[in-house]
Amino acid sequence: MTSLAPQSAAKSALDAWLVEQTDKGLLRFLTCGSVDDGKSTLIGRLLYDSQLILDDQLASLKKESRNRTTGDEGIDFSLLVDGLTAEREQGITIDVAYRFFSTDKRKFIVADTPGHEQYTRNMATGASNADLAIVLIDARKGVLTQTRRHSFILSLIGVKHVVLAVNKIDLVDYDEAVFEKIESDYRAFAKDLGFLSLAAIPVSALKGDNMLGPSPRMPWYTGPGLVPYLETVDVGVDQSGQRFRFPVQWVNRPNLDFRGFSGTVASGEISVGDDLLVAASRKPVKVTRIVTMDGELSTALAGQAVTLVLDREVDISRGDVLARPGEVPEFSNQVQARVIWMNEEHALPGRSYLLKLGTQVVPASITALKFKTNVNTLEHSAAKVLEMNEVGTVTLATDKAIAFDPYAENATLGSFILIDRLTNATLAAGVIEFGLRRAQNLSYQSFDVNRETRALTMGQEARIVWFTGLSGSGKSTVANLLEKRLVAEGRHAYILDGDNVRHGLNKDLGFTEEDRVENIRRVAEVARLMADAGLIVLVSFISPFRNERRLAREIAGDIPFTEVYVDTPLAVCEARDPKGLYAKARRGEIKNFTGISSPYEAPERADVTLHGAAAEPVDMAETLYARLFGG
Amino acid sequence: MTRPTLSHLQSLEAESIEIFREVAASFERPVMMYSIGKDSSVLLHLARKAFYPSRIPFPLLHIDTTWKFQEMIAFRNRMAKEHGFELLVHTNPEGVANNVNPFDHGSSRYTDIMKTQALRQALSAGGYDAAIGGARRDEEKSRAKERIFSHRNAQHAWDPKSQRPELWHIFNTRLAPGESMRVFPLSNWTELDIWTYIYSENIEIVPLYFARPRPVVERQGTLIMVDDSRYRLEPGERPREEIVRFRTLGCYPLTGAIRSDAGDLPSIIMEMQASRTSEREGRLIDSDQAGSMEKKKQEGYF
Repeated sequence: MTSLAPQSAAKSALDAWLVEQTDKGLLRFLTCGSVDDGKSTLIGRLLYDSQLILDDQLASLKKESRNRTTGDEGIDFSLLVDGLTAEREQGITIDVAYRFFSTDKRKFIVADTPGHEQYTRNMATGASNADLAIVLIDARKGVLTQTRRHSFILSLIGVKHVVLAVNKIDLVDYDEAVFEKIESDYRAFAKDLGFLSLAAIPVSALKGDNMLGPSPRMPWYTGPGLVPYLETVDVGVDQSGQRFRFPVQWVNRPNLDFRGFSGTVASGEISVGDDLLVAASRKPVKVTRIVTMDGELSTALAGQAVTLVLDREVDISRGDVLARPGEVPEFSNQVQARVIWMNEEHALPGRSYLLKLGTQVVPASITALKFKTNVNTLEHSAAKVLEMNEVGTVTLATDKAIAFDPYAENATLGSFILIDRLTNATLAAGVIEFGLRRAQNLSYQSFDVNRETRALTMGQEARIVWFTGLSGSGKSTVANLLEKRLVAEGRHAYILDGDNVRHGLNKDLGFTEEDRVENIRRVAEVARLMADAGLIVLVSFISPFRNERRLAREIAGDIPFTEVYVDTPLAVCEARDPKGLYAKARRGEIKNFTGISSPYEAPERADVTLHGAAAEPVDMAETLYARLFGG
Repeated sequence: MTRPTLSHLQSLEAESIEIFREVAASFERPVMMYSIGKDSSVLLHLARKAFYPSRIPFPLLHIDTTWKFQEMIAFRNRMAKEHGFELLVHTNPEGVANNVNPFDHGSSRYTDIMKTQALRQALSAGGYDAAIGGARRDEEKSRAKERIFSHRNAQHAWDPKSQRPELWHIFNTRLAPGESMRVFPLSNWTELDIWTYIYSENIEIVPLYFARPRPVVERQGTLIMVDDSRYRLEPGERPREEIVRFRTLGCYPLTGAIRSDAGDLPSIIMEMQASRTSEREGRLIDSDQAGSMEKKKQEGYF
């Protein structure tokens, strides 16, 4: 092997550099503001100025920047951060993008968050892990609704440090009066938002004014440039006096001799020998070991992921919270909280959601929507529902008690999300204000019981699945298999079958055309009622005529209706002839028999077509399940 | 500050461990993608830390295109033996039957068949509901926007417009039947973080990252190592020996080497500090078409 240059020089240079890195702090911040305020351009400029744009990126950037608004460098900086194709086409940022850069003094993780109103939820996402926020304002437009909304969300999520970047100052001729008006407007609005620091800086992200150092074009501004400010602003959280909180995340049991509880120290610190309580059961335990792969620790600090071994066998599982005696978190099934609604499906008191707080997941519902907060004026108003991007103050009841702290005291034990039980969408983010203790049982607010709420209590969505096809095509076999599968999953389904309905409800009907229509009408009405009760209704009827099937669909109204055509050739059905009906029809013993002496009008556009001669019933049922219930 | 606090790398490590544990606690059948590169080495190290003293409670899956560097395969097998994890290897059988290769089929189709399709086959066959990957947000523009827990529909596709909001460290891990989650514990790490962590934790990596004399040819300005006799040389062409290393590892005919004499970790890190080219430039697959990584991801690529 060829001998390489001695590496010891590199090693000592690296070791020296690593020591420097250890002292370097990390600042997580986000940028927010209205559409077109220039957030992406600002971040692109920060990356460019910190020389983080690499040669190959710069080359492709210059190419892409043609036909766009560029600075003196001939670059559209926003192209650096607008990652998704759709955004490039629309020219707006539609999601949170995370960027990394560092200077001599600090490392930075930037969340670039969207300004477009429908994506406000992503801004809250970016804010939830940020120490500081840059609120961008277009100098030509001043403080807008979105500026207020975002600042309010920052305050709600608990971001304590804000930089007001008055951008595009070049487009108002570097006018000091414009800047001062915006700053005083914003300070007036933000005075009740609880920010610990607020600095206003006039900048032009495109031209680079006041980004790194003072701009010669704004001698009237004597404060620091944006980057120097970010490098030095103090956002430290005082951990001293924080109470110890350890949400158990995973029970670590490699063998019978070891049982540990893995998790991340949410706050405070813990040492071997310390006494603890399980928040829910109040059972006392003592820490005997703090285990990590790097060796055992005597003390674990906030933020460390460790495994605790305790002195005795106590029933502890994921979701339990360990704390010191005398300072355990609250434990109750009712809280008052503020929620940001993030889904088009609006919030409804009484509906059951899943609440996830730390490692605890429990069913919960909003028992009262006390008021919503107008994000422009911060005024309260009464409301019956919460719509997307609205902020409300609610009381929540959980099905079983949870361990929590007010958010102002502990972010981990005070924050939660609400999840839709059907679609699994994240519906809302919430912060707990305080726990509620009530002597009586819960008095749920009255709410309208309708099909949706009935189906929700069954954990499903009501619908009608209408099977059509020749006698012997396999409709009922497939419907039966599908029903079994649904019931096995805990869903509630029922089959309406041609035979069983004709023996009871429709036993007065014969096979004339009028009777056939009436037959279908009655079955369709029964199916609608059953679906309205929240059930998944599987209707297995020959239903040979298009008009009848259209009637059934019309009767279903707004209930999801799926027409399934079991397409099995007549010859195959006749060969099967499970009930001997074809033989009888051929002998003329049954009149108006579909396929023999009466037509079958195949659907022109069935929602699902199954090929009964080519596939096994079990596979057809599986196909259908995947299409209708597989998400 | 008088009280001790966690360093930048310690915080990143703790965050990744928390993510690993959340996967183990929340999913029925997780699997971890193991691509043998440096990020996978860090991922493996973090997984071992997350569950210690237990073993990693899920298998590691390697999608073998049959065109990986020989040194990668040897390293993979040795790691599995030394750390005692369950190793699964999958190759697209149709791709093998049709002799799909990077020369005749072009990098785009080859990658689709031997990586994306192969991955989907393996995930579907295994019925995995969570697949852990080593992607980082600093790697590429579309990755910068992905969640840590990233939802996939039953076709393994990503819909960037309907991502679930992800707040604090509360991860929504709920799935409908057939759906799955891609999970990225290294989301907040940078390339430099990865290297400094490898150095400070003394993590073993494939020697291809270190500069050594290797047989190379030049293709469109990219240095390609001739790793076996299947490489198609031009008439009269002979590989020449150069001192090179790799910044990223993939299929050898598609992975560019760089000229470097950085033969150990400190030299690599110091060289990187001075470097002016982004990491994935050496990979031919990203630059096939505009928005190409985002497109591949929507189709199911990691």
